Amino acid sequence: MGVKDKIKYIFSYKIAGKLLIEYNTKKTFKNFKPPKNWRTDILAPSLRTGVYTKEIIAKHYLEGRYVSGVKPVAWVTSGAPIEILKALGFYILYPENHGALCGARKVALEISEEAEKKGYSIDICSYARTDIGATLSKKTPVGKLPKPDLLLCCTNICQTVLYWYRVLAEYYKVPLIVIDTPFVYDEAKEHDIEYVKKQLEASIEVSEKVAGKSLSFSKLKEVVRLSKMAAELWLEIMNANKNKPAPISVFDQFIHMAPIVEKRGDPETVDFYSKMLDEINERIKNGIGAIKNERKRVLWDNLPIWYKIRFLSEFLAENGVSVIASTYTNAWGELAPMMDIERPIESMAKTYVYPILNRGTGHKLKTMETMVKEFDLDGAILHSDRSCKPYSVGQMDQRLKLLNELGVAALLLEADHNDPRAFADEQIKSRLKAFMEMMD
Amino acid sequence: METVKSIGIDAGSTTLKIVGVNEEGKILFSIVEDADPKVEEQTEHILNKLKENYDMESSKIVATGYGSNLIKADKKVTEITCHAKGIYEYFKTGGTAVDIGGQDNKVILISKNGKVIDFIMNDKCASGTGRFLENTAWRLKIPMEKMAELALNSDGEVKISSTCAVFAESEVISHLSRGQKLEHVIKGLHRAMVKRITSMIYTVGFNPPLMLSGGVAKNKAVVKMLEEELGEKPRIPENPQIMGAFGAALIGLSQ
Repeated sequence: MGVKDKIKYIFSYKIAGKLLIEYNTKKTFKNFKPPKNWRTDILAPSLRTGVYTKEIIAKHYLEGRYVSGVKPVAWVTSGAPIEILKALGFYILYPENHGALCGARKVALEISEEAEKKGYSIDICSYARTDIGATLSKKTPVGKLPKPDLLLCCTNICQTVLYWYRVLAEYYKVPLIVIDTPFVYDEAKEHDIEYVKKQLEASIEVSEKVAGKSLSFSKLKEVVRLSKMAAELWLEIMNANKNKPAPISVFDQFIHMAPIVEKRGDPETVDFYSKMLDEINERIKNGIGAIKNERKRVLWDNLPIWYKIRFLSEFLAENGVSVIASTYTNAWGELAPMMDIERPIESMAKTYVYPILNRGTGHKLKTMETMVKEFDLDGAILHSDRSCKPYSVGQMDQRLKLLNELGVAALLLEADHNDPRAFADEQIKSRLKAFMEMMD
Repeated sequence: METVKSIGIDAGSTTLKIVGVNEEGKILFSIVEDADPKVEEQTEHILNKLKENYDMESSKIVATGYGSNLIKADKKVTEITCHAKGIYEYFKTGGTAVDIGGQDNKVILISKNGKVIDFIMNDKCASGTGRFLENTAWRLKIPMEKMAELALNSDGEVKISSTCAVFAESEVISHLSRGQKLEHVIKGLHRAMVKRITSMIYTVGFNPPLMLSGGVAKNKAVVKMLEEELGEKPRIPENPQIMGAFGAALIGLSQ
């Protein structure tokens, strides 16, 4: 650890930056007003606790700018078992979240083109292209990304991550931990979980070596406890949408899920979701819905279309359609009950084998069917994501089953989560309009 | 002077269709023109001319199609709902409506009482649409009307494997340069297009009868091949191109 790095970190992040961000948050929270261009004619005012989402993310990326040489840095996949790294004091960066941020800020295309220029095919996942492009060109809307000291790749979300992280490992010349998770058709076998557990145990040694210290099991238990608590709160927030009108749209969930993904295991994340839940409960008490005129309740399947969240949210709200349940945001809450504070490694092995993308298509169908019933939904939008094959496979049959067996309108919407070249406004509008007319 | 109760305007990607109906929903006039880039001016011009012969003082206007945003109308409704309405009222039955347009294909499942149960449109790709044939016709300098005739009278068929409208064009040229007969290649081209449509029909699930609309329904070779592929004789309205505009006009009647 360089003394210079540490002084810069303490001054620029811990003192100046952090305090300034926190001061701004307090001020904005106190005199809270929705953003100027917020469509209050069709939407509920934006969530007041949303100012903390901004704060958490701003602090996270600001810390990243100064963290090199002060804390060990790990880059991880979105479904990676991060609790061990967290307990070892790693600064953790999620390239997929950074990619989503680039998408929402509408710079993902420019950054992925940097990867395409170096020969990465346009057919590769747009998150991977955004990340590789950011790595090669150093372009990012957050100022600067810290170089990784360790890479952690878990195959429970897709196989692309394996090749993507190998590219990163070669580029940065740092160790790569791969946690290989066997695919779950119905139930995970005991030996599947044992296999993942052994890999987690083996990963401790490498992580300790990079961190330069030993893992404290009591710290690990604490991280698992906080991780579980935050996930449970997130689940409760999503389940609040069983109320009518539903208090928080899926489009808002897409924005406010950032902390549960990249800051889980931190005490601040638990506090944040607890505050958000209070605000949601307040909305329920006062009968405030996410959209003003909730005529129809709809499900969203697959990743968000990051660069069109606002467009879709407003277009649907104008027509009284509230999108209130999603398999995607649910993925960060549904596994919380599996975490066991007393048996951290074993329960992590189980939890990280069971994400929706590591299970059969029948399971996703069941998840959607349950949502249709429990949230009393009228329709489902299945985003067929060009970039995410594991999420999109099976959607054709899932759509037909929802339509024929549950009698809800269902639409397959072809786009891409981060590549705006796969999105044509007029085509998407005409399909969504027809879908809405079908529900009437 | 007859009173036009409602006017349906279907401003498609290739053509503009306008239909006027009386109180009973009977078609009083129907107009089909190639779509101008300034479709709003084109529409206004047509409507002004019609006013010389019809009483359109209290007509409702319902617009549909990609250009509908530009058109002044009482209501805007999607092509899916309009085609379903038009086809259902024309044939007085539910079933599978297939609209093959200039760059959009739609397959619509219509219930017994005329409601849209499900639909599918081609996404991100114009394969199997009118443009698929038009591209090649233009490239080979064959008038569109002659394409179907060539295919129908052909005694053989060459397999076109590409379903992409752009790649199929180069495949056609390469077949011709290898000495394949023009009519065999054209027939193969029709087959590729029909297979793409059939596969869309099976995606939503085929529920007879099969009812066609859109300009391509006038192509006899496409109609014959659809029958061969599906084992079901398609029903075709007298003027298939105006079904969307007709549906739109009928929707205006209930406004």
